[in-house]
Amino acid sequence: MPDTTIRDTSSQDAAYNYAYLDEQTKRMIRRAILKAVAVPGYQVPFGGREMPLPYGWGTGGIQVTAALIGRDDTLKVIDQGADDTTNAVSIRRFFARVAQVATTTHTGEATIIQTRHRVPETPLTDGQILVFQVPIPEPLRMLEPRETETRTLHALSEYGVMQVSLYESIARHGRIAKTYNYPVMVNGRYIMSPSPIPKFDNPKLDRSPALQLYGAGREKRIYAVPPHTPVKSLDFDDHPFEIETWTECCALCGSTESFLDEMIVDDTGKRLFVCSDTDYCESRR
Amino acid sequence: MSAPLLSARDVGKRFGGRIACRDVSFDLWPGEVLGIVGESGSGKTTLLNCLAGRLVPDSGSVTYETRSAGSVDVHRLSEARRRLLARTEWGFVNQDAREGLRMGVSAGANIGERLMAVGARHYGEIRGQAADWMARVEIDIERLDDRPTSYSGGMRQRLQIARNLVSRPRLVFMDEPTGGLDVSVQARILDLLRGLVEGLHLSVVLVTHDLGVARLLTHRLMVMQGGSVVEQGLTDQVLDDPQHPYTQMLVSSILPV
Repeated sequence: MPDTTIRDTSSQDAAYNYAYLDEQTKRMIRRAILKAVAVPGYQVPFGGREMPLPYGWGTGGIQVTAALIGRDDTLKVIDQGADDTTNAVSIRRFFARVAQVATTTHTGEATIIQTRHRVPETPLTDGQILVFQVPIPEPLRMLEPRETETRTLHALSEYGVMQVSLYESIARHGRIAKTYNYPVMVNGRYIMSPSPIPKFDNPKLDRSPALQLYGAGREKRIYAVPPHTPVKSLDFDDHPFEIETWTECCALCGSTESFLDEMIVDDTGKRLFVCSDTDYCESRR
Repeated sequence: MSAPLLSARDVGKRFGGRIACRDVSFDLWPGEVLGIVGESGSGKTTLLNCLAGRLVPDSGSVTYETRSAGSVDVHRLSEARRRLLARTEWGFVNQDAREGLRMGVSAGANIGERLMAVGARHYGEIRGQAADWMARVEIDIERLDDRPTSYSGGMRQRLQIARNLVSRPRLVFMDEPTGGLDVSVQARILDLLRGLVEGLHLSVVLVTHDLGVARLLTHRLMVMQGGSVVEQGLTDQVLDDPQHPYTQMLVSSILPV
């Protein structure tokens, strides 16, 4: 939970405030988060700061995490489901250094999970917070380039154009071909981009007991899905929403229920399917 | 007939010191086609935009008789209700079809957009209606999944008409619907419009500078010059027996073929 008390800083990197951001910035971000939680799916603008990593590497997520984190938190960071990629390792080390938090790779032990492009396979529980890194927060952006217009469309709940894009997909491909960043309706009011998670993860957002926070650093927007909020993936009556399926199982743990990555393992084109969630996969072996 | 569908009272709009239109008043009755003619810069399009709620007039009022909620002042409605009105009870046909269409999606999606905007969620039905409307505006159904970018100018204009009529509007605003099309295509579109207007009992406010179009389509005519209406009356009457000098000049400047 947020830690605002001023303490002896001898144990931390003295050049930086606790959790890198200054206290005023953290307050501002927390206010944006509170507003986002109060209006599920609504994109709240905030004064995004320069972070010590480039845009597109998780500057939005890292600011949300920095505003939330306290000494008794346990942090897990995943990138495409993996705990051991450069981005995940760097962000985990960053918070271990500037916030002295315990870090973990186990989903069940974490209080805050910052994620890029996946929701963990292990079901989340009450009290956990899932922080998404979001590149393009506006679900209507590719359909309507004007920001003033997309805001009006959200305000008036005019979402015909989103449905048009799904129609177009069926007309062209015979099915809704969008597989990631699949638009959802939050609490029956706002259409939201769930960040580029595979649509496989969309059902996990629905009525999740964990708090979901979405941070977009470049676009400077925060939005949220509070615990137990209905999240519905858009579809047509005669083309209902479906998640990806595989004919294979995970080559390492044998799971048939997780999201699988296809890997080419040699020059002759031999391929394997393995779980994208490394923690889930390891726990089953 | 109980009440006019649309009535304008003393509508005026200025851009800075320049008066675009002033003191325009008229009533449009259900099933009536009203033409607004005049030369470029006479305020026709500004007036049309004021009527359609796209511009806020500086003075006067525009009242519309809705299907269910009685008469409303178009410019006093909340933005949400005005936009709802515009996509359910009204249509707007632009001169340039590219402004009225989504060029990046197929013709079917273009026609289906209004249906989806009011809650249609059955792909098969939406597509069926889109195909039906393609046929009604005489576009080959084979082209249903093609983008309007691959359409000719005339086909785009037909598609724009279909896209507007699919929600069964009662009132359609048209800004030079045949402008920029060649004469044979113009003739076919005029024919099509005339059939649709009669078949669907549409009311239309049509802006044009082409008196031939006005003669073919409209029942009543308003002639504008310098932002003011200088003459109005039944189309045949105005064109055959123009009273105002400007109208006389306009009528006499039609090139004899």
